[in-house]
Amino acid sequence: MHGIHDLGGVQNFGPVPHRVNEYPDGPFQTAEYHEDWEPLAYGLLFACADADQFSVDQLRHSIERMEPRDYMTSSYFERILVGTATLMVENGMLTQEELEDLAGGPFPLSRPVSSAGRPANPNLQQFEVGDRVRVATEQVPGHIRVPGYCFGKEGVIDHRTAHEWRFPDAIGHGRDDGGSEPTYHVRFDATDVFGTDTEAESIVVDLFGGYLEPVPA
Amino acid sequence: MSVTIDHAVDNDLGEKAPRSARGEALRRALEAKGLLPEGYLDEWNNTAENVFSPRRGAELVAHAWTDPEFRELLLTDGTAAVGQYGYLGPQGEYIVALEDTPTLKHVIVCSLCSCTAWPILGLSPSWYKSFEYRSRVVREPRTVLAEMGTQIPDGVEIRVVDVTADTRFMVLPQRPAGTEGWSREQLAEIVTKDCLIGVAVPQVESV
Repeated sequence: MHGIHDLGGVQNFGPVPHRVNEYPDGPFQTAEYHEDWEPLAYGLLFACADADQFSVDQLRHSIERMEPRDYMTSSYFERILVGTATLMVENGMLTQEELEDLAGGPFPLSRPVSSAGRPANPNLQQFEVGDRVRVATEQVPGHIRVPGYCFGKEGVIDHRTAHEWRFPDAIGHGRDDGGSEPTYHVRFDATDVFGTDTEAESIVVDLFGGYLEPVPA
Repeated sequence: MSVTIDHAVDNDLGEKAPRSARGEALRRALEAKGLLPEGYLDEWNNTAENVFSPRRGAELVAHAWTDPEFRELLLTDGTAAVGQYGYLGPQGEYIVALEDTPTLKHVIVCSLCSCTAWPILGLSPSWYKSFEYRSRVVREPRTVLAEMGTQIPDGVEIRVVDVTADTRFMVLPQRPAGTEGWSREQLAEIVTKDCLIGVAVPQVESV
């Protein structure tokens, strides 16, 4: 989904609000909260996920589905809250009216899904460390774990995972045809990604095999 | 023929109940549906604040700095190395450690959301989840790190690692000079959360 959440490489943001090692609780800070209610956010999310109401992939997608202005002006934990509430309303466990009654005011949710997702790639290929690959150019309207900056780019495989996971484009939509795939740490030359307009030398992205195609030697 | 631009509709968002009221509303709604077991939230918060910790990552780094065999295991099978300590857990089940060298500096980001190796780094800090870090560090890491207080010398390659699937990363920084003969406990004290994310390098206080 080509959404506002896909921020890698977007220009004109200001300084990162942090000086290294400066945390309220010192340089070994564990959690970091700024409002009293924030510790609730992950707790409620995992209570729902543990009760098999939805997967964490679906949660990521429901946050991506926030109206773009709402996404940009909501705090991080607020987005977790909205994403969780949206899925609970969509799966029929709660109603938005109930939530608004309890909140005493408007409780806007994410926008509806506009794609059914897609199954695992049926033409899955196995790659080896050192292989040169290209990220598919096909963009998809549903959930996908490819940052926009590397679509269609070529890179080299640094690592193939020893574990497999279900394809996010399927499980992110609650589908059961996500199969099981390793992921690959694909290293790109930063100049292939951003041209001369970058200070990085290389960028590594952790990509499912279903997003990759071979580059002939 | 004139062209007019209709400014009648602007881009303001509608009203919302306060964040805390919405959080509390969802909590009460889930409780009423029987989806919040007794003590669930307290237990989760205890884990987040007292169990998940960058002290664990620091312990792993200090061990790797002082034991070549463990270092080799951490770099070839991070999951097994972390498993030896019993530190695997949610958002930290498949671990890869990234080795900094005199010519290579790793920096971790999750440009799409906030993914972090929670059990060994602690929950993601606010700045790591900021739009500024997510957008900029993949393109201009040298400037971002300098602004945050870390100068990476020219000639050192910066490799940005974007956490986009299920691998959870930690940086194995270089052991600084002046730490010869230090105990693992002493070494672990200089490996901060920001060193494990890759935006800081371990510092030795000059006496």
